[in-house]
Amino acid sequence: MDMEFSPEDLAFQKEVRDFIAENYPADLRGKQDEGDELTKEDFLAWHRILYKKGWVAPAWPVEYGGTGWTPTQRFIFSEETARADCIRLMPFGLAMVGPVIYTFGTPEQKARFLPRILSGEDWWCQGYSEPGSGSDLASLRTVAVRDGNQYVVNGQKTWTTMAQYADWGFFLVRTDKDAKQQEGISFLLIDMKSPGITVRPIITLGGEHEVNEVFLEDVRVPVDQRVYEENKGWTCAKFLLAHERTGIAGVASSKRGVERVKAIARTELDGDQPLLANPFFKRKLAELEIDLTALEFTELRGLAGPNAGKGPGPESSLLKIKGSEIQQRLTELTLEAVGHYGAPYFRGFGEGDNEHPIGPDYAHRAAPTYFNMRKTTIYGGSNEIQRNIIAKMVLGL
Amino acid sequence: MDFTYTETQDMIRDTLSRFLADTYGFETRQKFIASDAGRDPAIWTALAQELGMLGASFAEEHGGLGGGALENAIIMEELGKVIAIEPYLPTVVIAGGALKAVGGAQANALIPEIIAGNAIVAFAYAEPQSRYDLANLKTSAKKDGVGWVLNGHKGVVYAAPWATHLLVTVRTGGGQRGHDGVSLFLIDAKLPGIVRRDYPTVDGNRASEIYFENVAIPGDALLGQEGDGLPLIEQIIDEATVAVCAEATGVMQKLHEGTLEYTQQRKQFGVPIAKFQVLQHRMVDMFMEVEQARSMTIMGTLKLDMPAAARMAAVSAAKNKVSRGAKFVGQNAIQTHGGIGITQELAIGHYFKRATMIEGQFGSADYHMERYERLVLAE
Repeated sequence: MDMEFSPEDLAFQKEVRDFIAENYPADLRGKQDEGDELTKEDFLAWHRILYKKGWVAPAWPVEYGGTGWTPTQRFIFSEETARADCIRLMPFGLAMVGPVIYTFGTPEQKARFLPRILSGEDWWCQGYSEPGSGSDLASLRTVAVRDGNQYVVNGQKTWTTMAQYADWGFFLVRTDKDAKQQEGISFLLIDMKSPGITVRPIITLGGEHEVNEVFLEDVRVPVDQRVYEENKGWTCAKFLLAHERTGIAGVASSKRGVERVKAIARTELDGDQPLLANPFFKRKLAELEIDLTALEFTELRGLAGPNAGKGPGPESSLLKIKGSEIQQRLTELTLEAVGHYGAPYFRGFGEGDNEHPIGPDYAHRAAPTYFNMRKTTIYGGSNEIQRNIIAKMVLGL
Repeated sequence: MDFTYTETQDMIRDTLSRFLADTYGFETRQKFIASDAGRDPAIWTALAQELGMLGASFAEEHGGLGGGALENAIIMEELGKVIAIEPYLPTVVIAGGALKAVGGAQANALIPEIIAGNAIVAFAYAEPQSRYDLANLKTSAKKDGVGWVLNGHKGVVYAAPWATHLLVTVRTGGGQRGHDGVSLFLIDAKLPGIVRRDYPTVDGNRASEIYFENVAIPGDALLGQEGDGLPLIEQIIDEATVAVCAEATGVMQKLHEGTLEYTQQRKQFGVPIAKFQVLQHRMVDMFMEVEQARSMTIMGTLKLDMPAAARMAAVSAAKNKVSRGAKFVGQNAIQTHGGIGITQELAIGHYFKRATMIEGQFGSADYHMERYERLVLAE
């Protein structure tokens, strides 16, 4: 057991660091620094750069376009990208449907979809939740009825993140109404330009348009766009949930977040001292940082411990719970730290806007981010559902 | 980067775990505690001579297995799982750590005795006024020819009634709280002028108040440099602190497992109480604390070799997290057991008592939080 990086690891670390320094788009960096809302093109710019380098999907098996990195190298990569404040790539293709397709898909599906996920040509969204099916996902009512070589899909999905940009969506639909809940569900890949699909925005607390409602009316989906067997879609869904949860720990970006809060608390004054000298504020920050260290080493034990390479198990629910709590506490402390200037509502720069927004740069998005990040303990299986999973799968209750 | 254990380390854990399963059942432990001596010396001898366990963390040149802090952590966790009252911490981790750090004739003389199970060392560092400040010392030693004369009062010295030797922090110069003038002595526990008042502790151990009354000690009892002992003391206490975190991990795991087991047997409203979601989620929260305690123990152990400031920050982060977790897991284990949890009858309460003492051992959560803040969150 050791935490040392080998000479090869150190060389790799330098390679990653240099690559980011030389290739990260300057205009994207500028927008992030200003707290501007990012566009589809912004997200894709960094995606395409990593794709060209062959680094876009470190977690994938090499045969499908992965990097073949060791767990340590993957750790280094995520540390370095977070340290440099690179934007997080959209997970829907790379971290979610991609692994489902290479694990459960047909050779044709792999050939058709995986290369376009890697290249960023297809933007994916996730059609899981429904108005009446949140935590009880398996109660979903969107139906797909077989008609020859097609399914005819009717229903409504909600909380569909970035569906406004999506070319494709992966959907859980009911294909057998009579089967027990989990057993009548199938996993369909649906072209978002299909006739009968309507996407309606939902604006969240911070003013962002991230999520949508998706209405499906007699949407025709070729049967060869079903992944895995009919009525076995829940198997894919469970697999995917475990994958979704590993990234959710967000250790590297939270470490970066802690540094950001420290910098703010050294700048903001509390009386004639920096806010960081306030014992109450300092205590909360210290406790957060210690809890983050505990999360980091829990994740590392999984990555480089005896069970390394066996894929995420139900223990990943722990990473989701603690990781999301920490992300929220970070935004809470940031908002607290900026004081009065959390209040002005900054909507990003409009076209031709050149007036400096109210308050210091680091304050612009403090409140919207705090509001927005309440989602983390709700999405991907709420933290209460994660506790149910641990209770059942780990504790055997 | 590698978070796996070696085959030897796995073997140490398995061997010790099997031995303790055979010899250290809860009822047996309670008999040890109730006996006059407060322990069964045969256990210590077996750990040393049958299992070779006391040498696991010492170098081969001293007759050990060549391990170090990781081996200590493995052993402490197993001892924690049976809430053992063996003096492994003061003897092997603390005195052993000090001897390894200073080396030389003193190490060559005593380490083999520790490994053989012949020497038991108690660590006399706390004083009635000191709280967790290691430099706050009234106990003093004055030069007297080639030797020293020792006077003072050390409080709550765990394992002192069993000790052959005492490791004592002493002021040899400077003011009562000065960082200079602190020295470390390793002395024979039976020297004339050493007066002990022995007592049981709430967690089943034995301890003593120790009064040094003009105790004449030889010159070669000094470990390290005269007056410059504080960095060494801080180092060995940091090593001891992560070892206690490892023990806590074992204690917390058993508190959690015991609670899981109990809630599946205990029926109310016609069902096992484990069926209630409010208790399931509580037990998940306990599980997460156990896992994080294990993670922080590993983190702290792996960072013991870092420069002092980084080492202290890591150890304080670990102890803060583990102290908070031990409180949470202990209190909720009792709460979930209900009335039976607050009796002496079940093991669970005895695990809770040890967990509670660990919370404050070598510094409470607040003490370590403050030290962490000082080191990491300077303005």
